[in-house]
Amino acid sequence: MKIKSFAALLAVSLTFVTGAHGADRVKVGLITTLSGPNAAIGSDIRDAFQLAVKLNGGKLGGLPAEVIVGDDQFKPDVGRQLAEKNLKVDKVNFLTGIVFSNIMLASVPLAFENKTIYVSPNAAPSPMAGKDCNPYLFVASWPNDAYHEAAGQHATNRGYKNTYLIAPNYQAGKDSLTGFKRYYKGNVVAEVYTQLGQLDYAAELAQVRAAKPDALYIFLPGGMGVNFIKQFVAAGLSKDIPLLVPGFGDDQDIIRPVGDATLGLFDTAHWAIDLDNAANRKFVAAFEKEFKRLPTVYASQAYDSALLIDAAVRDTKGKIEDVEAVRKAMKAAKFESVRGAFKFNRNQMPIQNYYLRVVSKDSQGRLYNKVLGTVFKDHGDAYVQDCKMK
Amino acid sequence: MSWILIAEQSLNGLQFGLMLFLLAAGLTLVFGIMDMINLAHGSLYMLGAFLASTFVQLTGSFTAGVLLAIPATAVLGMILEIFLLRTLYQRDHMAQVLATFSLILIINELTRLVWGSDAALPMPGSLSGPVELMPGLPYPAYRLVIIAVGLAVALLLFVLVTRTRVGMLVRAGASNREMALAMGVNIKLLFTLVFGAGAALCAVAGAMLAPLLAVQVGMGENILILAFVVIVIGGIGSIRGALVGALLVGMVDTIGRAFLPILFGLFFQPRVASAAGPAIASVSIYLLMAVVLYFKPQGLFPARG
Amino acid sequence: MKKNIFILAILALFPLAMLWSDQLFYVSFASRVMIYAIAATSLNLVLGYGGMISFGHAAFVGTGAYVAGILVAEGATSAWIAWPAGVAAAAAMAVSGLFALAIGAMSLRTRGVYFIMITLAFAQMMFYLVNSMKAYGGDEGLSLRQRPSLVFDLTNEVAFYYVVLFLLLLSIFLLYRLMGSRFGRVVIAIRENEARAEAVGFPVYRYKLACFVIAGAAAGLAGALLASHGKYVNPNVLHWVQSGTLMIMVILGGVGHLWGGVLGAAVLLGLEHLISDYPIGWLAQLAPNYQQHANLGVGLVMLAIVLFAPHGIAGLLERRKHASP
Repeated sequence: MKIKSFAALLAVSLTFVTGAHGADRVKVGLITTLSGPNAAIGSDIRDAFQLAVKLNGGKLGGLPAEVIVGDDQFKPDVGRQLAEKNLKVDKVNFLTGIVFSNIMLASVPLAFENKTIYVSPNAAPSPMAGKDCNPYLFVASWPNDAYHEAAGQHATNRGYKNTYLIAPNYQAGKDSLTGFKRYYKGNVVAEVYTQLGQLDYAAELAQVRAAKPDALYIFLPGGMGVNFIKQFVAAGLSKDIPLLVPGFGDDQDIIRPVGDATLGLFDTAHWAIDLDNAANRKFVAAFEKEFKRLPTVYASQAYDSALLIDAAVRDTKGKIEDVEAVRKAMKAAKFESVRGAFKFNRNQMPIQNYYLRVVSKDSQGRLYNKVLGTVFKDHGDAYVQDCKMK
Repeated sequence: MSWILIAEQSLNGLQFGLMLFLLAAGLTLVFGIMDMINLAHGSLYMLGAFLASTFVQLTGSFTAGVLLAIPATAVLGMILEIFLLRTLYQRDHMAQVLATFSLILIINELTRLVWGSDAALPMPGSLSGPVELMPGLPYPAYRLVIIAVGLAVALLLFVLVTRTRVGMLVRAGASNREMALAMGVNIKLLFTLVFGAGAALCAVAGAMLAPLLAVQVGMGENILILAFVVIVIGGIGSIRGALVGALLVGMVDTIGRAFLPILFGLFFQPRVASAAGPAIASVSIYLLMAVVLYFKPQGLFPARG
Repeated sequence: MKKNIFILAILALFPLAMLWSDQLFYVSFASRVMIYAIAATSLNLVLGYGGMISFGHAAFVGTGAYVAGILVAEGATSAWIAWPAGVAAAAAMAVSGLFALAIGAMSLRTRGVYFIMITLAFAQMMFYLVNSMKAYGGDEGLSLRQRPSLVFDLTNEVAFYYVVLFLLLLSIFLLYRLMGSRFGRVVIAIRENEARAEAVGFPVYRYKLACFVIAGAAAGLAGALLASHGKYVNPNVLHWVQSGTLMIMVILGGVGHLWGGVLGAAVLLGLEHLISDYPIGWLAQLAPNYQQHANLGVGLVMLAIVLFAPHGIAGLLERRKHASP
């Protein structure tokens, strides 16, 4: 009894202590995965976002920026709690950072209800491109299906007759294989969904061997991909079966732990380290200097998210309480993206090019993804017609 | 369904089962002899993996790193036993459950403080390729090593427990503690040694599995439940039961994961089949446990008469 | 008596104070604490009074949560406006109670560690089952479009707070009467010495099962409230580690004490919130990031309680009350 009343009294007195928030700062809640096998992804997102703010003199759009970082621990309910705290207690102006679709789907509706803008540096589930599109969602990365559509197109171009598909069993996994099949004209031998977070693929690899496909397409981001590729090579399958992945399947976060086994892997993505434009050259150089490692696509997306917020705040001349004005400014997206030209579709997801990349060694002997060619130009997504926004 | 597939999946099940056995063996002995439920057993497995990661980095050699981690974890386990767990022997099971549960929290956080949330333990380069067991069946060399180590340890345990004096004392303690005490066995020392041995076994499993899976805080909790299921199926206090139980569980899990989705795929959409397959496979282990307990409430090979 | 009125007044006026100062988050937080208090109290019945170590209690909380969630999800798609809260709560309690009956009937035939393992196993089975229900979100969880309404709308945090407060006080009152009755005394006797109770002639199995079912139903109510509160339910609610968290609350507060669940929930959740949201300067200097290691403190405190103060906070308070002249 005593403790309850104490807690009540404490809470009451705290109301006099907490100050009101002012429009003299921009507050950004950054919720991302900073622990577990996928921590490398969240770290890249956090680091790149904070780098953008730093290069901007600690400001976004001319106002001092406060970035509140939280770790969702790869758990949807933790992400949701963090979102609630950011929105209700910290009263952030923007929310961003989430890596995985399942955590996003659990957390981001809270932002929408609160009329707070969420800028996605990564996940963008297909329902949100179509019937569930939302005016408070701005995607700085790509629609979930995009990389997979490009990969499917590439597989068709290469003439693979039978392809085996593997993805984890959650919204993004389902999107990935749906996207691949949309542009792949060959025969799908099998479509296998594994447990999200699964680390041991011995059973699945044995099945792949028995099926003898022309190619294997996998969507296994983060730690899942690291383990799969290592085990794939260890099982002797890399000699017989070409492995095709989406851009995040063999980016730096996977190249670092797996090593030379990734050489020669083909993938598709909207960005690469060697894309030749001023913003990208500046970004890559600054990232490498600050963090002593090469950036991933995730980092490029987070950097662009910060630039997008910067442009929106700047174009509303700092009047960020007027959320409608911020939305309009953001939709115009007047900023220099590291991917080149940036344009939003009606559903506030990007329309952009997608490239074929291959893991190669650069002049210093480091592994990186090199652009080989363009698979799609000015590619949107297949769901926009279901979106009711103008 | 080729025989190659069956052979490969059987080897996978065997590999998984043998690692489970290493964990279950320690757990069943501690429970059987000291009548103590130790939920922190999974934490010892985790510590073994983290220590191995550090030692491998320090010595630059995989073998040396793993070999060093084993006694290190054993020592940590024995310190834990002497200074903390001893007070729990007299307490009831509830107190043991709660105390060792809080130990899980404490050890998890201390590990996070010392190492961070994860550590890296790369597979030794020489073992990261396949071995052609027979034409058409290349099998990862590393998994073969795991199987070999698992079998070797099982053999070693068998010899220790059935052919040595210490082993005899352990068996006596497991089947009738009061009598062993009455016969003048130095129970305190025996308990500490048994606990240390259990910790060493956990370290072997943790270090060997680390390059295959991931070394991360919290990795002990998932495997802990499986270990408990194994010892309940096998019979508390019996190493033979732990081996049989572990192999059963390993096989059921692997075969379930591999073939249930195919079976379900014949009737349902791929996404449903792939959700149901692993789910039913995990559940099947508990069903197996329930069935065994129904017919043999003390497990398959109870140590107590 | 004066003390109790004072406390009741604080509890009753608290949300109005928060409303006035635009800090509704704390009203929501207090509701959450009270919901966990109901869940912990239900576990206290089984664990503290009944002496049954059930690691599967989270499964009943989770079942109640999912029943409420599914009802809202289904109700919202029909022509009806969302189901009234009463129906949702009653359904949650009924379903959880039924599961408790089934699981209890099978588990209570075993003893000791086998009982613990079987309850754990059943909880895990429910967890995997719910995880595989993709129609209801699976791993992503299930969002409730709105809170089921009572006669009035429960979207209002203050209204919801009073409803939860009422239910909590009702639960405590019922527990008090239950334990004071003949039933309660037999349950305690069984906990103290099962063999003797059996020898005297009590149908031990039936009493334990009744206890288990009542606790399961109450847990289901807490689950339904939890789902309504956060407008979200996720399979992690059923995970065995959640059972552990509930156990921590009961131990912390005091096993077998009337207010044990309430005290434990309040202290654990309160401390958790304080540590994560209000950094202590000097501690941050010593160990930056200490806030992310709050569990270390929780583990140490719990260990200390098990070893030195097995009757938790309630026990300590009682000792002080009796010790003072």
